[in-house]
Amino acid sequence: MTIDAQLASKVADVGSRAAPRKGRRLRTFARNPTFIAGVAILGFFVLLALFAGVLFPTDPQDMVAQPLLWPGDDAQYPLGTDSLGRDVLAQLVYGSRASLLVGVFSAAIGLAIGMVVGATAGFFGGWTDTLLMRLVELFQTTPTFLLVIVILVIVDPSLPTIAMAIGVSSWPTVARLVRAQFRSLRESDFVMAARSLGYSRLRIIVQEILPNALPPVIVAASVMVANAILTEAGLSFLNMRDPNVLSWGGMIGDGRDQLRNAWFLTALPGAAIAMAVLSLNLVGDGLNEILNPRSDQ
Amino acid sequence: MGRRIAATLKRTAIHAGPTVLGIIVLDFLFLQLMPGDVADVMAFEAGSATAETMAMMRERFGLDQPLLSQLASFLGHLAQFDLGYSPRFNASVLDIIMARLPNTVLLMATALSFALLLGIVVGSVMAAWAGRWPDRVLSVVVLLLYSMPGFWVGLMAIVLFSVKLGWLPNDSNMTIGSDFTGWALLGDRAKHLVLPALALASFFVAVYARLVRASMLEVQRQDFMRTAHAKGLHPFLIQLRHALRNALIPVTTVAGMHLGNLLGGAVVVETLFGWPGMGRLALEAVLARDFSVLLGVLLLSSLLVIVANVAIDLLHAWLDPRIGEA
Repeated sequence: MTIDAQLASKVADVGSRAAPRKGRRLRTFARNPTFIAGVAILGFFVLLALFAGVLFPTDPQDMVAQPLLWPGDDAQYPLGTDSLGRDVLAQLVYGSRASLLVGVFSAAIGLAIGMVVGATAGFFGGWTDTLLMRLVELFQTTPTFLLVIVILVIVDPSLPTIAMAIGVSSWPTVARLVRAQFRSLRESDFVMAARSLGYSRLRIIVQEILPNALPPVIVAASVMVANAILTEAGLSFLNMRDPNVLSWGGMIGDGRDQLRNAWFLTALPGAAIAMAVLSLNLVGDGLNEILNPRSDQ
Repeated sequence: MGRRIAATLKRTAIHAGPTVLGIIVLDFLFLQLMPGDVADVMAFEAGSATAETMAMMRERFGLDQPLLSQLASFLGHLAQFDLGYSPRFNASVLDIIMARLPNTVLLMATALSFALLLGIVVGSVMAAWAGRWPDRVLSVVVLLLYSMPGFWVGLMAIVLFSVKLGWLPNDSNMTIGSDFTGWALLGDRAKHLVLPALALASFFVAVYARLVRASMLEVQRQDFMRTAHAKGLHPFLIQLRHALRNALIPVTTVAGMHLGNLLGGAVVVETLFGWPGMGRLALEAVLARDFSVLLGVLLLSSLLVIVANVAIDLLHAWLDPRIGEA
């Protein structure tokens, strides 16, 4: 770390501790168009997932009309029907649940493991650090997607196990990030002060360093949710999915057989995945601009 | 130069050794946790099996031995480059994988080169016009690419280029039953490669474009850039020789970190396009519960990642003379 970067982080420390500036933070969020666009699209999907049952009270797996209606053929089924005569729009709305749930829970699991490992390695250093970083390296060398598949062979795929598998294989990035933060923060003045006050190690880690190490982790979290949604889609496409739950990736897998005569069955769920992931990436980019103003431009 | 590269190699070798061993042991333990074994699957497919034949099969494949002795015999064989025998495919695991490995390497190398090339060009253009309309338009395109699942991009490309236009094939890595030679053979292979490589590359184009843009903008503030300007060098030359060369260091680092992801993406893309590579082999092995093959694929994938990272370290030593001297 260069001297002026150190200086800058000190100044930032002082700034964040000196004055309560929640109001200013909020206004910065409200003024960032990338962030607002992301939150708006993401909010739309969250609402769809929450109110799927109200919007489409009947089972989306039911056959409701003649199969393979194209979008626009029948006003009652604006996005058409699939090969089993199921309403594509209803399936899309219900499918948002699987993607969002897997995304959020796998990111939470990955963040939890990554933060514990990263904080321990960064705070204690020495052989603990060497050992834990070797473990991180081991996981990073193994192709993530293969690892997820291996885990899902050991435990049968269902929503919780899919989230667990993706979380377990995605923590190394967070661990590296948190470790780097802890290494640079553990020598800073406010940690010295906390040490000299006789605070316990746990209290220093959780209450002093962690809040200051969070900004890049928050940005990483939104990217993790996005990646988890993409991974879940790939898994469902390969038929490693919860058989009782509708998912966008599964819809793509089912629609693939009709690629020649009804490509909209593949295009629509893919577009839904892309929009959901896009919203999370926009949120991530926006957060990055707000929380780490020096990182870009 | 030679000494620097030798030092880098030595450091990496010391570092990679324990990682390789760790991966071997971890993969082995993982696969022990899997429910059912190959004897179950073969018995199921045969339709019937007595307890005796099952026991005989397990004995033949060494599945009845205690865990540690299975691991010890596995390590012993590995030391002689023997990955075991696949009862399912009725061939040695190393042979099965080696038959698939070149296809995967070809697909990955093509996708990676394509992603790097396009990413660097797009990223440089975005950085050169930062904040103006070319940057804004490309940013949106890149962000969209960044958000689409690669296999879906592949499917949409099939709809456009195979189904609607009929330009490119969408199955396997060559025309089956063809007897092309020379240029015709090469052309046939290249045609089959285009769509899978595009599908695999799409996400990474976006990653590299974003990264190149950010690091090109970062480099502009450095002192050596001002010196180059003051020397009166042509702006294009400055960007190419000074800015891009330095911006490439984070890009190659990230490319190395993403190799595992690229291999993971290959599982889906190879399955989608019927590409006879390692990724599809992994999925076939999972479905067949053939642990020895899956273990081999995992192991070789990790080794591939390690080897590629050594290559990237060497590339760094060449790009930046300061690296590798310490």
